[in-house]
Amino acid sequence: MTEVVATNQTILVVGGGISGMTAALEAAECGKDVVLLEKNPALGGRVSQLYRYFPKLCHPTCGLEINLRRLKGSRRIRTLTMAEVTGITGQKGDYTVSVKLSPRYVNENCTACGECGKAVTAEIPNAFNYNLNKIKAAYIPNAMAYPMRYVLDPSIIGTPEADKAKAACKYDAIDLDMKEETIQIKAGAVVWATGWQPYDAAKIQPYGYDRFANVITSVEFERLADPHGPTGGKILRPSDGKEAKNVAFIQCAGSRDENHLRHCSRICCMASLKQTNYVTEKFGDEGKSTIYYIDIRAIDRFEDFYQKVKANPNVKFIKSKVAKIVEDEKTGNPICHGVDTEGYHRYATEHDLVVLAIGMAPSVPAGMIPMDIVADSSGFIQLDEANGGLFGAGCATNALDVNRAVQSATASALRAIQVVNQVARAEA
Amino acid sequence: MSDLNAQAVAKYRNNFLKEVEACVEEGDWVKMCIQCGVCSGSCPFGPDWEHPPQELFMMIRAGKREEVLTSSSMWMCTSCYNCIVRCPREIPITHIMHGLANYAHRLGLAPKNQPTRHFSALFWNNIIKTGRVNELKLSLGLYFRDGFVSGIKVGLTMASVGLGMVMAKRLNPIELLKPHGCKDTKGIHAMLKKAREIEDRRKGLTAA
Repeated sequence: MTEVVATNQTILVVGGGISGMTAALEAAECGKDVVLLEKNPALGGRVSQLYRYFPKLCHPTCGLEINLRRLKGSRRIRTLTMAEVTGITGQKGDYTVSVKLSPRYVNENCTACGECGKAVTAEIPNAFNYNLNKIKAAYIPNAMAYPMRYVLDPSIIGTPEADKAKAACKYDAIDLDMKEETIQIKAGAVVWATGWQPYDAAKIQPYGYDRFANVITSVEFERLADPHGPTGGKILRPSDGKEAKNVAFIQCAGSRDENHLRHCSRICCMASLKQTNYVTEKFGDEGKSTIYYIDIRAIDRFEDFYQKVKANPNVKFIKSKVAKIVEDEKTGNPICHGVDTEGYHRYATEHDLVVLAIGMAPSVPAGMIPMDIVADSSGFIQLDEANGGLFGAGCATNALDVNRAVQSATASALRAIQVVNQVARAEA
Repeated sequence: MSDLNAQAVAKYRNNFLKEVEACVEEGDWVKMCIQCGVCSGSCPFGPDWEHPPQELFMMIRAGKREEVLTSSSMWMCTSCYNCIVRCPREIPITHIMHGLANYAHRLGLAPKNQPTRHFSALFWNNIIKTGRVNELKLSLGLYFRDGFVSGIKVGLTMASVGLGMVMAKRLNPIELLKPHGCKDTKGIHAMLKKAREIEDRRKGLTAA
């Protein structure tokens, strides 16, 4: 049984992405006890899956590393990975949360030597790369995973593959008898930093994400550009592995659309502008980008970034939302059809690759949280008295970029601290 | 200028958008358009329109009254509903196209020889007479659209089809002389009159 010391003066943070880590760290560094839950085997969330941040184009590993360093240095944070909240009872200042812990089958003896990964032959889709490639069923989630510990995929448990992994381990780190368990954690306040997920692109029927190999989403493109990605950082298109030198970006793919996501996802314009840089970076003047947009929402100081991209002669802007995509059967090239707003010209333009700047949907829509919580029509958690000691943080509250998510997380940490301070005063 | 048109011009002066909102079916949606262009790109008849829906909406907002109302564009709509299904703002584009066409027709500004307008008028005048469509008269009316000689020509090319339909009892030549109606033709006329009154009152469309 996993032991977790928690009282009603503990702050529970649900989600270990950039927002959850920030909220946990800010609260812990103010002297509060924090339990940090993460559903995946490693912290870092969607940020760890990015190649570069906008607008400075630095690598997310940098920002994450600082946070991981703070986390390792903090005695007040108890991190639980592969943990999911299944129930919650109580009220502000006194919650009891049921947490389901999935077995990792690897204990803390693991040194990440990698012998089990070599021994196992079974492969599973690599969720870290949005299933664009496969990894061994005994794997390390990503290059800077925290905790730096292997995971055995449940699909090989009970098969000879698992025994192979166990036999290969020199440190007695593999424990095939681990079982799923549910524990109860006390908390005075709960911060929901459950983050976002890319909207299901297959639902945007005219774009044929599910029919055309060379129509991908922006998060997948991010992985293509990343050296740790499925192509080792080369922008190769999925159908034939050809270099994609003529890339189209379609904005508002799923966002600002009553049929899909009602809200503006806010980051996609900047994400596409950033990704045109990848195309130029990899192919120089041979790399051409076309951005199809309704309007570019490079908010406040990002305007400079937009102007810089606009000055790049290899990036074309077409003011039009693409109406449909068809595939050239011989070449596999996607062809974008539509009418532009500046002159109402009808176009049918062929590209090597189409990237859908996919919208942000809440990972856990408010309705799925096992307690009533005030949310907007998109399922983002709102700040409301009625929520008691439950607070949203980061992309659970709105479509936010990393910068704003961190601000939001810090704010929610402060709110949670106020709740547990009240509890402490009442008990003193 | 027709009475109704003169009245509308006087009433709405320079604000064509207001006029469309008040007088055109679903016209109050026009201001919701975000000019993304999905409707125009999705239209199967797109390349044949002079002004695609997205452009019509912008023209309305720009106050191009004359150009919009005399345009043949909205008459090209075939009601496939692709645009409505895909519009990110859920604007009832198809209905607005028909609304614009209808309004232009009421004002007497619609293009005279537009085939859709011709057929619609023919169909409407045909059906309101008895409350039932007289298909024989309707098709003959279409044949003779471009004059007597061409009407006879078209009629002759269609003669075998017509004969086949008579043999299969799908067409009764007597209908030409003695069309059958419904039980209460007068009632239908009264109903239509009332409906028009209500609609005109709502849209402020009463000829002085």
